[in-house]
Amino acid sequence: MRRALLIWLVLAIAAVAAFALALASGSAHLSLAELMQALVSTDDSVAGEIVTRLRLPRALAAFAVGGLLALAGALMQVLLRNPLADPYVLGLSGGAAVGALAAMLAGLGALAVNLGASAGALAAILLVFAFARRDFARQQMFGALDASPRLLLTGVIMAAGWGALITLTLTLAPEARLRGMLFWLMGDLNGVESWAPALLALAGALALTYPLARELNVLLRGEVLAQALGVRVALLRRTIFLVASVATALAVTTAGAIGFVGLVVPHALRLVLGNDQRMLLPASALAGGTLLLLADTAARSLLAPQQLPVGVITALVGVPAFLFLLTRKPEKV
Amino acid sequence: MSVPLLEAQDLALRVGSRTLVQALNFRINAGEVWCLLGPNGSGKSTFLHTAVGLRQAQGGELRLAGRALIDWPADAAARQRAFLPQAFHDAFSASVLESVMLGRHPYLSRWQWEGAEEREFARYALRSVDLAGFEQRDVLTLSGGERQRVALAALFTQDAPLLLLDEPVSHLDLHHQVMVLEHLVMLARDHAKGVIFTVHDLDLAARFASHALLLTKQATVVHGPIGEVMTEAALQAAFGHRVTRVEAAGRTLYVPD
Repeated sequence: MRRALLIWLVLAIAAVAAFALALASGSAHLSLAELMQALVSTDDSVAGEIVTRLRLPRALAAFAVGGLLALAGALMQVLLRNPLADPYVLGLSGGAAVGALAAMLAGLGALAVNLGASAGALAAILLVFAFARRDFARQQMFGALDASPRLLLTGVIMAAGWGALITLTLTLAPEARLRGMLFWLMGDLNGVESWAPALLALAGALALTYPLARELNVLLRGEVLAQALGVRVALLRRTIFLVASVATALAVTTAGAIGFVGLVVPHALRLVLGNDQRMLLPASALAGGTLLLLADTAARSLLAPQQLPVGVITALVGVPAFLFLLTRKPEKV
Repeated sequence: MSVPLLEAQDLALRVGSRTLVQALNFRINAGEVWCLLGPNGSGKSTFLHTAVGLRQAQGGELRLAGRALIDWPADAAARQRAFLPQAFHDAFSASVLESVMLGRHPYLSRWQWEGAEEREFARYALRSVDLAGFEQRDVLTLSGGERQRVALAALFTQDAPLLLLDEPVSHLDLHHQVMVLEHLVMLARDHAKGVIFTVHDLDLAARFASHALLLTKQATVVHGPIGEVMTEAALQAAFGHRVTRVEAAGRTLYVPD
């Protein structure tokens, strides 16, 4: 317990530092003092405008999206009892992408693209739930010792189907719209204005799942054992599937299909800090948010005024870091 | 007579169109150690899964401590009976101590974290399966037999009156087979636990169990005190293989043809 509090404190400090960096950096560099001044003052100084109108909403959105993805990834890994699971493994981002790209193909505006993404994500959730509903029902679940492989297969097949539709949409799209579509697919926080839904969803998802965290620890050891230890497995699995799905849907709707954060943040934290979900779920949210905030700051300042899709940065930085974690010497036993 | 820990009334178990158990009536009382015998596919695991509440019976009823199984809330049932599954699959790293402490899950409130008391339970259980000093080992680095003993230790920390074990000694070496079964007998004798375990070694069954439940492919069931059930004729009928019962070194041994 004390260790978990310490971990959260360290990560929270890192998050605050990342916010300060994100708000201060950009085409107009601000010192820390200027930044504080801009944040607290109510007058219409240029610095205040830049920070509160432009950088703060984008920073909040980045943090919320990163937190949502990392939390959803941690939950999916427990749900599927598979360390390779990520928020998109059940085809959710594919559904959202098809909806968003279809709206772009039709030449509709940003609002319609977001609505399309939401509708696509919802369709993907419902399809997986419908096809794998026997895996979520108690009676059938114990026919096999472990139901997760079928759920995973259902999701992977759905993702393959969405992938084909995405390719089809890209093929049909006129040249002029391809760039926007590719940015959406890579994940991009440029021009994001609505941070509140994602941030609220992050708080809500944490509040919903944190009380279940010890049961998730038990569930990780297998469904049969969890049931024998008094966990209501079917209810728990449905709950975390829905929470993880809605969290992912909101993240994807806000910023596109940003890869990597959802797979690697929870996994890296497990490697370094251990696998107690009570510590891990809040830690994932904090670390995921911080990572994406830093990546987005880099994405908009590295080649400024050129903006990079943030998904490229997360992957380019994350892959070597993760490989290092994987290949370092195992601890002495 | 006190309420039996587990009671089957007119129990019927079917898997698909196959009838495994028909009209079974029997009870497990505190202090009894039952071995569950039978050929592959005769329904040993199915019976245990039903008794744990993982699947439903196709007829009749199971009563846990006098109360119908379906009327037990999941968490209360977990304090009344503990179950050791046949197979484990660890996808993630975890320390042995963490894995064993999970057995205390039914006793902790939602917001509670494991503390000194739970660690003490876990250390005690680890000593009983000869794994003292393994607390910080990662379960992924353990051998099959060590992993099974970790699972047994977790089961012991659950501290339930009724223990159901699916092949508790299948991966253990000779020494630890005897050690674990002796521990189960001690729990029944000194702590009034009821125990039922599946096993394929007839000699171990005869040596440690007080009662036997013998399933056959024909869905008939023989049950009762161990000496009455484990006769040459009954075992031969159940397994479809000739068995000779011999007394040697003060023990009852079963020699297959």
